[in-house]
Amino acid sequence: MPRSIQLNGRGELTHLLSTEELPRAILQKILDHASDFLDIDRMEVKNADFLAGQSIFNLFFENSTRTRTTFEIAARKLSADVVNLNVSASSTAKGESLLDTIDNLAAMKADMFVVRHNQAGAPYLIARHINQVAPHIHILNAGDGRHAHPTQALLDMFTIRHFKGDFHQLRVALVGDVLHSRVARSDIHALSTLGVPDIRVVAPLTLMPSGLSEMGVKPFTNLDEGLEGVDVVIALRLQNERMRGAMLPSPQEYFKHYGLTEQRLRRAKPDAIVMHPGPMNRGVEIDSVVADGAQSVILTQVTFGIAVRMAVMHLLSEVRP
Amino acid sequence: MNRSVNPFSSAPSPRIAILGGQVIDSAGQHSSSSDLYIANGSIQAIQPAGLALAGFQADLTLQAKGAMVAPGLIDLAARLREPGFEYKATLETEMRAAVAGGVTRLVCPPDTDPPLDEPGLVEMLKHRARGLGQAHVHPLGALTVGLRGEGLTEMAELTEAGCVGFSQSTHPVKDTQVLFRAMQYAKTFGYTVWAYARDPWLGASGVAHSGAMASRLGLPGVPVANETLRLYTLFELVRQTGVRLHVCRLSSAAGVELVRRAKAEGLPVSADVAVHHLHLTDVDIGDYDSNLRVDPPFRSQRDRAAIRAGLLDGTLDAICSDHAPVDDDAKQLPFGEAEPGVIGLELLLPLTLKWASEDKLSLERALTLLTSGPARILQRDAGSLHVGAQADLCIFHASKPWLVTNDSLTTQGRNTPYLGHELLGRVQATLVDGHCVYRAPTQG
Repeated sequence: MPRSIQLNGRGELTHLLSTEELPRAILQKILDHASDFLDIDRMEVKNADFLAGQSIFNLFFENSTRTRTTFEIAARKLSADVVNLNVSASSTAKGESLLDTIDNLAAMKADMFVVRHNQAGAPYLIARHINQVAPHIHILNAGDGRHAHPTQALLDMFTIRHFKGDFHQLRVALVGDVLHSRVARSDIHALSTLGVPDIRVVAPLTLMPSGLSEMGVKPFTNLDEGLEGVDVVIALRLQNERMRGAMLPSPQEYFKHYGLTEQRLRRAKPDAIVMHPGPMNRGVEIDSVVADGAQSVILTQVTFGIAVRMAVMHLLSEVRP
Repeated sequence: MNRSVNPFSSAPSPRIAILGGQVIDSAGQHSSSSDLYIANGSIQAIQPAGLALAGFQADLTLQAKGAMVAPGLIDLAARLREPGFEYKATLETEMRAAVAGGVTRLVCPPDTDPPLDEPGLVEMLKHRARGLGQAHVHPLGALTVGLRGEGLTEMAELTEAGCVGFSQSTHPVKDTQVLFRAMQYAKTFGYTVWAYARDPWLGASGVAHSGAMASRLGLPGVPVANETLRLYTLFELVRQTGVRLHVCRLSSAAGVELVRRAKAEGLPVSADVAVHHLHLTDVDIGDYDSNLRVDPPFRSQRDRAAIRAGLLDGTLDAICSDHAPVDDDAKQLPFGEAEPGVIGLELLLPLTLKWASEDKLSLERALTLLTSGPARILQRDAGSLHVGAQADLCIFHASKPWLVTNDSLTTQGRNTPYLGHELLGRVQATLVDGHCVYRAPTQG
C-alpha cells in the first residue's frame, strides 16, 4: 500500500480524509489539542485567533446544514474567514466538472476546503488534484458517500476518552445501518487504532457490509447479544428512504428488533454511555427515554465536535506541503 | 509516434522475407532461427535460416534475429469507439494501436452509439476499417434492438453484413423469456451468442468486488453471485436451445468452476477473460484509482488464481484485451461515477507474457490463448503459421523492456494503471494479409 495521501513527505497530516491509516500519534495529538480548546469545567469551547486571515471554504456537494454549521462555527472560533458553497445547487448543475470547480475555488485564495460529497473517494480525487495544482490547500473530509467521516469519528473518540479514559479494556457496539454508514467505518478504524479489543456491530443482514471480520469487527444480528457487557453504544442513523423497501419492511419492525430502548440497554454495563452522530430518528433507532436519559452523551458529543474540528483545522493549517 | 504503412487493400501483395526469427508454427512449437517467405498474402515457405529460397525476390526484408515470429494476435474484445464515441477514440487511432500491439484480428462489441443493431451500421464500420487496411475487424451484432433487451435484431442480415456473433455487451437482457427467444433464434441459423455473465439485478449497481476492500472504501459491491446466477441461467438456456455460447470476461473462481462443469457436461460453451484480470485485484484500487474501475470488477487474489488455473487447464479458451479507451473527463471522477474500462490493445501481449513468466508457462503455450484459442471461438482457420496460411503475423522481442508512457502508446486512451510501468515484450512489426502494416519506430 502506498503512503497515505493524507500525509506529506515528512509524515505530517496535510489533509484529513479518513481515520484509516491515520497514525496513532497524530490521532492522539488531535484529541489532546481539542482539550486545549475546551474548558472542561464549564463544557465550553474557547475562542482563538490561530486562523485569522485564512479562508476556509465549505464545499458541500451534498446538503447538510447541521454538519456545515459545526465546521463553520469551529472555523469562526479560530477567527478564519468562512465561505459556504452549496455546490450541488450551483456549478455541477451547470455541467461544470468537479475538478473545474476545484480549480476555480483554488484560484480564490482558499487555504482549506471542507468537502462533503455523496460519492466515496471524492475527497481523494480532490486531494490528488490539489497536490498538483495548489498544494498549500488542505482538504478536510466532512463525509464522502459511505466511506468516511473522520471528524465525527474523532469527536466520538474524544467523547469516549472523556468518559472512559482508557481504550484498552473497552467493549464498543455500533448499532444500526452499518452498510451505509461512513460514521461506522471511521469509528471502527479509529477504535482499532486506539487499541479497543472488542468492536462489535449489530444490524440485520440487509444492513451489514461484507468482509467485516477482516476489519477486526465482530458482527451480531441480535441486539441483546451484541449489547452484552458493552461500555459504549453508538447508535447509527437510519435514513428515511431505507426504512421501507428492499432493506427493511417498516420502521416499526426495525425499532422492535434494533431500536435502543431502556430495557435493551440493561444488557450493557451499568455505566455504559450512549452516543449518536445525529440527527436522531426517535422511535426508530433510539427510544426518547434513552436519548434523553442519564447514560446519553449525545449533546456532549455536539459540544466536543466543535473543539475537535477546531483542533483539526488548526493542526492542518500549521502543516506546509 | 508509431509510423504505420497503410496499403490500399487493392495494392498488389509485396514479397516479404522475414529472416532469422524464431518461428512459432501451427503446433505451437518454436524453431530456432528460421526464415519465412511471404507472397500473394500468404506464407510461401518456412525454412532453416540462411538457406536462400530459390527465385524469391523480396520487396521487403525484415531482420528478425533474436525475435519471435508469431501468428498475429486475435483479440476477442476491443472497443474502437465508432460510431458515436469519437471523442474517446477514433477508428484510425485504435486500428493503429491494434497493429502496434501485434493484433491482426479483433472483435468489437456492439456497444457503440447507436449500437450495432442494423446492417447499415455494421457495413459502414467494416468499410471504414477495410479502408484503413490494418487489422481484420469482426463486429458483434446487438442481440436485441438498441441493446434494450426487448425485440430481436435482424441477425441473418447482420451476419451477412459481417457480424460474427450476437451480444448485449454489458447490458444484460432482463426478461429471460426474451433471452430464451433470442438464443433460440440464434440457434436457428447456427449463430453464436456472446454473453457477459451478469445478473441484471443482484449487485447491478455495484462498482467494486463485494468484500473487505469495497466495504472499507464504502463502495457498493458486485457479489460473485452476480456472475454465477447468470451463468446458471445461461447454461440452462443453452441446454434448452442448444445454441453455441461464448461467455465473455469471467471474473470469479466460482464462475470459472461453473464453466468447467458446463464443458464437462458437453455444453457448446467457450469462455474468455480480460488480460488485466490475470494481474489485478480489488486491493489495487488503493485510494480510489479510477483506472481500476472495470466491468466486471477486479476480484480477490483467490479469484485471480482460479482464472489463471482455468487458462492452464483449458476451461478458459482465450485472453482478450477488453480494450476500452475512456476520455479523461469520464475518468477524472469519484470512483463510483467514473466510466469503467481500461486500454489493452498494446498491453495484451506484454501482460500475457508477464503471466506466463510468473506461472512458469512456456511462451508458446501462452500465445495459443491469443491466437489459436480465439481463432477456434471465431471458427476460423487463423492463428497459426504454416505454408499456405494467410500471412497475418507479428514479430516481437519477448524480453525487450519498454516503458508504458503517453508517448509509447498509440491508442487515444490513457486509462491504464500501467502508465509508468516497465513491461517486457514489444512488437517490432505486424503483417496483415501479407502487408507490413506496422513497424516499430526504432526499426529504421
